[in-house]
Amino acid sequence: MKRLVHLLGGGATLPLLVLLAWSVTAHLGWLDVRLWSSPELVLKSGWAALRDGSLLAALQASLTRDFAGFAIGAACGLMLGLLLARIRLADLLLSPTLNTTRQIALFAWVPFLSLWLGNGEQGRIAFIALGAFFPVLLNTHLGARQVEARYLDVARALCLKPHRVLLTLVLPSALPQIVTGLRLGLIYAWLATIGAEYLFSTTSGIGSMMMDARDLFRMDLVILGMAVIGGVGFILTTGLGLGLSRLRPHGVPPP
Amino acid sequence: MTDLSQWAQTGLRTRPRVTVPLPRLPRLSPLLGWLVPAALLLTWYGITAAHLVAEQILPAPAMVADAFATLVRDGELQKNLLISLSRVAYGFGAGALAGLLFGAGMGFSDRFARLVRPSFMIVAQIPILAWLPFLMLLLGIGEALKIVLVAKAVFTPMTLSTNAGIRSVPVRYLELARMLQLSAWRTVCRVVLPSALPHFFSGLRYGLTHAWLALVMVELLASYEGIGYLMVYSRQLFQLDVMVAIMLVIGAMGLAFDRLLALGEARLVRRYGSTS
Repeated sequence: MKRLVHLLGGGATLPLLVLLAWSVTAHLGWLDVRLWSSPELVLKSGWAALRDGSLLAALQASLTRDFAGFAIGAACGLMLGLLLARIRLADLLLSPTLNTTRQIALFAWVPFLSLWLGNGEQGRIAFIALGAFFPVLLNTHLGARQVEARYLDVARALCLKPHRVLLTLVLPSALPQIVTGLRLGLIYAWLATIGAEYLFSTTSGIGSMMMDARDLFRMDLVILGMAVIGGVGFILTTGLGLGLSRLRPHGVPPP
Repeated sequence: MTDLSQWAQTGLRTRPRVTVPLPRLPRLSPLLGWLVPAALLLTWYGITAAHLVAEQILPAPAMVADAFATLVRDGELQKNLLISLSRVAYGFGAGALAGLLFGAGMGFSDRFARLVRPSFMIVAQIPILAWLPFLMLLLGIGEALKIVLVAKAVFTPMTLSTNAGIRSVPVRYLELARMLQLSAWRTVCRVVLPSALPHFFSGLRYGLTHAWLALVMVELLASYEGIGYLMVYSRQLFQLDVMVAIMLVIGAMGLAFDRLLALGEARLVRRYGSTS
């Protein structure tokens, strides 16, 4: 009995109950199946979309876009973050402007980018890059400012060249914060990918698949899309996140 | 599974722990920050004055100012901004309250946390953008859609940080409160709140940023009024001057939200928060 209570109190109960209720009500016809779909229908459509390759094609289009944008945005954020953290003049010159620009809600850039760079792939990738740029910039800046003063004194005493200081001192001590920034950047890039597919006129990708499904009242495909987006986000943050958190300065033991 | 909360915590840590004192520059330094915007404005002016690019691609600064003045004079800006702000207010209120209660429940009761945590993680793992088509089918594209979406955007960070805040209360203090037989209310006020307050506030700040982001998004995509719609509308008419003006307003609102909550946070934490 106690085991049963323990089992029922577990985390799997609630999702299973929801699934069961959903399935039963759909089959009894209490819900409009066209609008509410049913778990089986979602699975069936998912399988069909997987079979005819449309799901994988959409996923590939989205991920290619995502990574291209992320690479550009993260690289810019990383370099600029290091620059701002190590060169006082650059910090004073640029940081107020960047901090103000950051406050513009990301999606407000879409109409501009679509006008300036066109409605095609360029605009979308620029938008995704912008999404990844700010979290990486912010965290790199933060991390690279936190170098211990003693070490910098030693470096000065040893007359190390600036690039040696950067590589042996600044980067390793900023690494944890940079990793945080990259992970956040990945999350935002993925969000921006979906947003770009909604807002720019797109013909490929998970986001446009979902919007098309919405237009056709295909709730099953919409729910499938939600699951795929959530799943990819999870894999990106945990999978790559785990890989990234293995990066660790010399001599620092794993947590 | 803990990844999300970990992310939230690291994401929420906004202040540097140690900052190296850098050599002081002359007193002019705050002015340096104005140099870049001034240079940008000048370049913008120069480019448009020399007609290097078409007006439809980059309107002159004076045109943007004009467009802004017209928007204000016609009351278009105030009307749509008010609509957007009321949407944010409703959604933010509902989401923050729900997140506070849910997070508190998860923080205080292990049993409740065990029951709902995986479900919460599933809901939280699916970004607001992915909920959008689902909610559009379910709720249509009326007010309910915007408010629910904004509320969802606030709910997740608020739950996570409330939970983290309550978990951050040292167990020893709670034991002490029990020993002193403090009432539940006094325990919350004197023991829980001081250490949880900074967490609440970072949740609120984070939530408000997300709320504004989500609202602009949904108004761009599915709305017939509001500040985001005004932007789409001007985009369709190729009124770039109006678009730039609205974009500046959107940025200013984001800035105002952030500053406002930072101010409130500083005040409240100073008054009620623990100093440690």
